[in-house]
Order: sequence, then C-alpha cells, then structure tokens
Amino acid sequence: MSSIILSTTIRLLLPLLLLFSVFLLLRGHNEPGGGFVGGLVAAAAISLYALAEGVAAAHRILIVNPRQMIASGLLVALSSGVIPLMTGRPFQSGLWLPYSLPVLGHVGTPLLFDLGVYLLVAGMALLIVLSLMEEE
Amino acid sequence: MLLAVLCGFVAALFAPLCFRRFPLWAGRLAPLLPLGLFLYFLSHIGAVSRGEAVVVSTPWIPSLGIDFALYLDGLGMLFALLVTGIGFLIFLYTPAYLEGDRRQGTLFAWLLAFMAAMLGTTLAGNLVTLFLFWELTGLCSYLLIGFDHEAEGSRSAALQALLVTGGGGLALLAGFLLLGNVVGSMELPVLLASGDLVRNHPLYLPILLLLLGGAFTKSAQFPFHFWLPNAMAAPTPISAYLHSATMVKLGIYLLARFSPLLAGTELWLALVAGVGGLTMLVGGILAILEHDLKRILAWSTVSALGILTLLLGVGTPAAITAAILLLLTHALYKSSLFLVAGAIDHGAGSRDTRQLGGLARKMPWLAVAAIVAALAMAGLPPLFGFITKESIYTALLLSPWEPLLLTGLMLAANGLMVTVAVMTGLRPFFGKGVPALAPPHALSPTLWLAPLFPAALGLLLGLVPNTVAPLLLYPAIAVVQAAPASSVLSLWHGINAELLLSVATLLLGTLIVLSRRRLLTLLPASWQEGGFTQDGGYILLLRALLRGSRLQTMVVQNGRLRYYLMATIGVAMGSMGLTFMESGGLPGSLVWPSGYLHEWLAAAIIVAGALTVTVTDSRLGAVVSLGTVGYGVSLVYILYGAPDLAMTQFCIETLAIVLFVLVLYRLPLFTLLSTPLVRLRDACMAAAIGGLMTLLMFYVLAQPLVPHVSDFFLANSQPLAHGRNVVNVILVDFRALDTLGEIVVLAVAALGVFGLMQSRRPDGEGK
Repeated sequence: MSSIILSTTIRLLLPLLLLFSVFLLLRGHNEPGGGFVGGLVAAAAISLYALAEGVAAAHRILIVNPRQMIASGLLVALSSGVIPLMTGRPFQSGLWLPYSLPVLGHVGTPLLFDLGVYLLVAGMALLIVLSLMEEE
Repeated sequence: MLLAVLCGFVAALFAPLCFRRFPLWAGRLAPLLPLGLFLYFLSHIGAVSRGEAVVVSTPWIPSLGIDFALYLDGLGMLFALLVTGIGFLIFLYTPAYLEGDRRQGTLFAWLLAFMAAMLGTTLAGNLVTLFLFWELTGLCSYLLIGFDHEAEGSRSAALQALLVTGGGGLALLAGFLLLGNVVGSMELPVLLASGDLVRNHPLYLPILLLLLGGAFTKSAQFPFHFWLPNAMAAPTPISAYLHSATMVKLGIYLLARFSPLLAGTELWLALVAGVGGLTMLVGGILAILEHDLKRILAWSTVSALGILTLLLGVGTPAAITAAILLLLTHALYKSSLFLVAGAIDHGAGSRDTRQLGGLARKMPWLAVAAIVAALAMAGLPPLFGFITKESIYTALLLSPWEPLLLTGLMLAANGLMVTVAVMTGLRPFFGKGVPALAPPHALSPTLWLAPLFPAALGLLLGLVPNTVAPLLLYPAIAVVQAAPASSVLSLWHGINAELLLSVATLLLGTLIVLSRRRLLTLLPASWQEGGFTQDGGYILLLRALLRGSRLQTMVVQNGRLRYYLMATIGVAMGSMGLTFMESGGLPGSLVWPSGYLHEWLAAAIIVAGALTVTVTDSRLGAVVSLGTVGYGVSLVYILYGAPDLAMTQFCIETLAIVLFVLVLYRLPLFTLLSTPLVRLRDACMAAAIGGLMTLLMFYVLAQPLVPHVSDFFLANSQPLAHGRNVVNVILVDFRALDTLGEIVVLAVAALGVFGLMQSRRPDGEGK
C-alpha cells in the first residue's frame, strides 16, 4: 500500500496531528477536548502513518510498545488517585497547584488522570490496529 | 508495631532489585530483618507475660467503621516469635541452598511478604484484619509452592493448595461475618469476652462449622490433608517455613484463638477431637509408608497437626498446656529436620531413604542437628520433646471423654512418630548408602548451622524448662484457656503412668522400625513405592467443575454473535416493556418533535445509512454505510451542543472504519446464508427494538425534567473542580472512579484482542 501522495501528506500531517492531540488533552478541562479524544487522535495519526509506511515504521516512531502505553496509562491514572491519599484525603480527590504554569495552565491531579486516559486509549487503539495490520 | 508488621511488605518490594544488584550482600543482610523483628517482639515480652496485651489501632476504612487493629497477647507473642525466629533461620539458610539461582530475589520477595502476612494474621486485632492477612498467607503459599513454575507438578500442587485453603478462607469469611453479627463487634477483645453469648446463640452451629472449615483446610486436617504433601514441590526452605513450622499452624492458631469463644460444647469436642484424632493416625501411617524424606516429613506434619487439633478439641487446661508445648516443640524439631533434609538433598543429591546412608562422616554437624531433632521428635529425655510428650499423655489420661481410647490412639501415633524420627534423623547418617550415588560434597556452614539452632534450642528448653515457660508459654496457655496457667514443667515426675507410656511408645516405635521392611512387603505392590496423594476426591471434583463450566459455556457463550445480540435486545425489550406496563402505559398526548430542516436532514442521513447496511450486497458498502450512520449521529451531537461527544464519535468512527477495512481483507467472499424467514425474524426484532426506543424517547420527553444532578455538576464544575468543560470535569473528577473502571475494561479488552491475534500466528510466538 505505498502511495507517494499518502506518505508525503502523512509526513507533514503527523507532527501536526500529534501536536493537536496533546492540545486537545490540555484544553480538555475548559474547552471541548480531553484525554479520550486526544488519545484517539494520536492513535489515528499513527495508524495513518502505519498505512502509508508500514507497521514496522510505525513501531519505530512509537519507540515504546502499545502494551507499555496501556500499562503506563493505567499506572498514571491510578497514581493520580493515590496522590491525594498521601495528603490524607479520600482516593481521587482533585488536588491543584496553587499557581498556573506557562503553556500547561492550571495543573492538578485531574490533568494527570486525563494523561493516563490519553496514554491508555492511544495504546489500546494502536495495539488493536497495529496487530491487525501486522497479520497481512 | 504497625511498622514491624508491615515492613516485610515494603522489604518484599525491594528484594528483587537488591538481589539482582548485590546478590552476595542481599543474601547476607536479609536474615537481619527477621532477627530485628524477633528482638523487637522480645522486647515486649515483659508486659505480655504479665497478661497485658499491646493494642495498636489505626483507622482503615472509617466510613465502614473498620480499623486496622493489632493485638499482641501471649498467644500472638508465641506465634510472632516463632514466625520471626524460624524466619531468621530460613533466611540464613536459603542463600546457600539456592546458591547461584537467579530467582533468589523473587523467592525472598515472597518470603518477606509471607512473613509479614503471618505476623499480621497472628497479631490481628479484629476479624477483618485477621481475614485479610490470612488470605495473604494463602496467596504467598501459592506463589512459593509454584516457585518452580516451569514444572507441571509444581503448578498443579500450588493450585491445589490455593483452591483448598482458598475455599476454606471463604468459609472463614462467612463464619467471621456471622460471628461479627452475633456479637455486634469485630474487635478481638470484645469477641473474646462474649463466649457464653456465642455458645448459646442459635447460629452457633453454622459459625462453628464455617470456622472449622477454614481451620481444617489451612492445617491440612482430614479430609483436606492431601494438599500438604503435594506442597512439597516447593523448595525445601519453603517447606520448612510454610508447610511445617508456621502457615499450616494457622488453623491451630484459629482454634486456639477462638477456643474461649467456641470450645466447651459437645459438638466442639466431637468435631475437633474426632477430626484431629483421625488426621493424626492417617498422617502417621502414611508417613512410614513413604521413602522420600520430604514426603515422610510432610505426612508426619499432618500427623502432628492432628495431635494439636485433638488436644485443642479435648480442651481441658492440661490439654491446652500440652498443645502449646507441642506447638513450640514441633516447630523447632520439624523445621530442623526439614532443613536437614534440604541439606542432604543439596549435598548428597538424593532424598530417598533407601539410597542414603553413612552421611555422618561427611556431614558431622548436620548429623548432630538431625540426631538431636530426631530425639526431640521421638520424645526422649532430656529434650523438650520429652516434656511435651509426657504432658500430652497427662492431658489424655485426664480427658473427660474416653481417656483410654484417646491414650491408646496417641500411643500408636507417637510410636509412628518415633519411627519417622529414626527414618529421617538417623537412617541417612548411619549404615551404608547406595554406592551409585555421587559422593556428597561439603556443605557451606549456614546449611548445617540453620538446622542446628532449633535442635539445640529444643535441648536447652528441655534442660531448663522453667526459665522460658513463664515468659512465653504460660501467657499463651492463659489466653487459650481464658484463665491463668498454673502447671510447672519438669523432666522428672517420678515413675508414673506417663513414664510407662513413654517407654511403651519407644518400644512400639522400635518395633515398627525393625519390622517396617517386612511389613512393607506384605502390602500390595503398588503401595511399595510410596508417593501417596490421597487427592482422588479433589481431582474428581475439579474435573466435574471443569466439565460443568464447559457445558455452561457451550450453552451461554455459544460463539454465535447473532444469538448474543438477540438475547441482549430481548432482555432490554422485556425490561422496558415491563416498566411501561408498571407505569401505566404511555401518556395520552405525545409531543411531536419540531425541528429545523437541517436537523431532519441529519436524521435522514442516519436512516438512509442504516437502511443501506441491511440491503447492500458488498461488504465495503456496508462498512461505509455504517460509518455514515456514525457520522450522522455526531452531526446530531454538534447540532445539539455536545462538541465533546461529537469529536469523540468522529474519531471512533474513523478508527472503526480503519479496523473494519483491515479485518475485511481476511473475510471470505460475501455470501447470503440466512433464509428469508430468518431475515424476516431479524427485521421484526430490529423494528421492535427501534420502535420501543422511539416510544421511550417520546415518553421521556413528555415527562417533566428533574435536573438536580446536572444542576449540581453545572454549578460546581468551576468552583470545585476548576474546569469550565463540564463533560470533562465529570469524566476526570466527579465521576473519575467510573472512568478508571472503564479504562481498565478498555485495557483488558485490548489485551484480549492482542492475545487472540497472537494465538492465530503460525509460529505461535508473541512479540
């Protein structure tokens, strides 16, 4: 499935799409977006790349294995719930930094949770798509 | 004390890393943890021996009123010292035993976790804490028995132990809940003070049966005795620690702990003493029919556990005294003998008593340890084992129920014990071995030092029993009988019935030793080789369970997606229809929805897409039409102001089409298999559920809106959760627990897909 048009386009689009997925993740708390849709966009971007360049190339740019993305996503989401426990609050209470950071804006444990969702969803979608593609 | 109990779990987390980086030093430092804990508990012995209890309690689940409570009294102290003391020996011994094994770190992680779990169980201050740690010991035991997980036998033995003790654990949980309900408290001090209430309660019988279920499975009492010898698949230090000295005594601990609550009825006497007596004989007889050192020791452990149960069942002060003495003696000599067996296996390369012999010259110190331990097992003066055996006979002679019968049975069991002592402690070191065996190599010092310790301690205790007993044993006895202990221990009581019984025991044991060979030849040929398992019933039950679940799966999960879908839709329709009928049918006036032209257009797109799917004769066409339906729905989301949903739906649709296309490659050509009648039925089903959903929508629209939940979210999203996007705030903050559950499901589903894909690979190897 090698097409010059597709592979040229995706080479230009891939960084943009990935950036857009992170943008969606970060703005999620105040504007439409969030970890789930961000993860899906990221997965779609990588899947497109895999369609154009092959599964092996997609694995190369991913660096980490989708299974590890799933595991680390779960771990991040869980740790965002555990952090409040250490300050003596119930599991998964939202904790926020008192000041805003540049670019990231207001940061707190819900953002960490969303990051976990992002990683997990992207990993899940990629795991399924890439292993289906690999079958060929 | 909280820290003392939990530090084992923390250490377990770091053990694998430490052993990988510094194998030598980690092995040398590991014994310091149990030693430190031993000394820590020893520092409390003054207060505990005065009859005080050290209580620590910290809120755990405050919303349910459950505390994490620890309670250190005489009985807990005895167990804590045994667990940490023998733990120290095991930790000392294991690095040399598993020299050069890369998995030492893992083994130590489980061992540390097990030690912590044991401490937690025996020091638990309420039923919830007790149950939690009880189950953790079972889990650690599972992992440790299956340590050699590449061997089929290890795995099935581990599973067997887990299923048997886990089943008992469930019974225990039910018993604890009943007990907590009857007494109105889960706290141990309250429970221990309400014995009369429990004994006279109508629920006494179920409580007793359930608790005994937990205790008997854990302590391998008949008919659950079969799992313990199979658990010998574990490395020998594990067998010495878990399956002779500590974990299998938990059932005994439970009986002793709840004696003040449950003992003293006829039912208790019949059940506990009866089962204990039977176990003691079965274990003893099977022990002398085996040839493998570890299996002999395992069956004799079953026998000793039977004796302990029998004594607690009799329940007189003398019997409780004997039980506590035997608890200590048995832990000392049996752990020593197990470690000796491991060292013999390590040095001489065999555990078969028919092959071993003459090892005393090569392993002199090991021989000393083995002989002293064996003498303690046989109950010879001046060892502590002798005092124990005397007190057992005293207790049974004074038993309120069938003293002569019990004493006679005990004589037989103890005679068998003498035989086992000779077979495991003396036989391998004297006489001649099979010359074909490789010449034994020298042992590293810790391999003989570890068994020598407890054996020597048994000798020391026998010589000066009254220095330790008031500190350690009497407080434990006092807790079990709920009254101060009064007996004085000594080696020499004059010539009395007990002494004569001891002599008779030795004679009987010698007789069995001398005639064992000849007796064995009388048995059927299939019994000659030993290796008794006794788990036929378990295997039958397990097989029936597997067959039953296969049958159930074939009916319920038959693999035909069409029927799954029909079942789901049918249930949904049934429950909705019932609700309609319950609520009195549809309201009279339905509001016909008004909409703009573009909204109707979006609806038309969805309908057209759905219709196309059903009539198209190309797969790609069906996929694209399905996608059209999805995009139409997201269009509706946009029109009605739900951009988050729309965005997610768009992405999902896109990825779904990609997936479909990938799968389509592998499908055979499109053919129509269903008959027109089946298609008609499917169409009716679809129309029915669609119509019902439409009706439902009308119905809901006709109801006045009760928006208090969404009002709360809208009002509090910004001030409480610092977010303006309410949908996202609900997902990651207000309802984050739900989301967590959902992403776990996603992860599991993805792994399932991955597993299915991998299993279809021709080379069968995952990446």
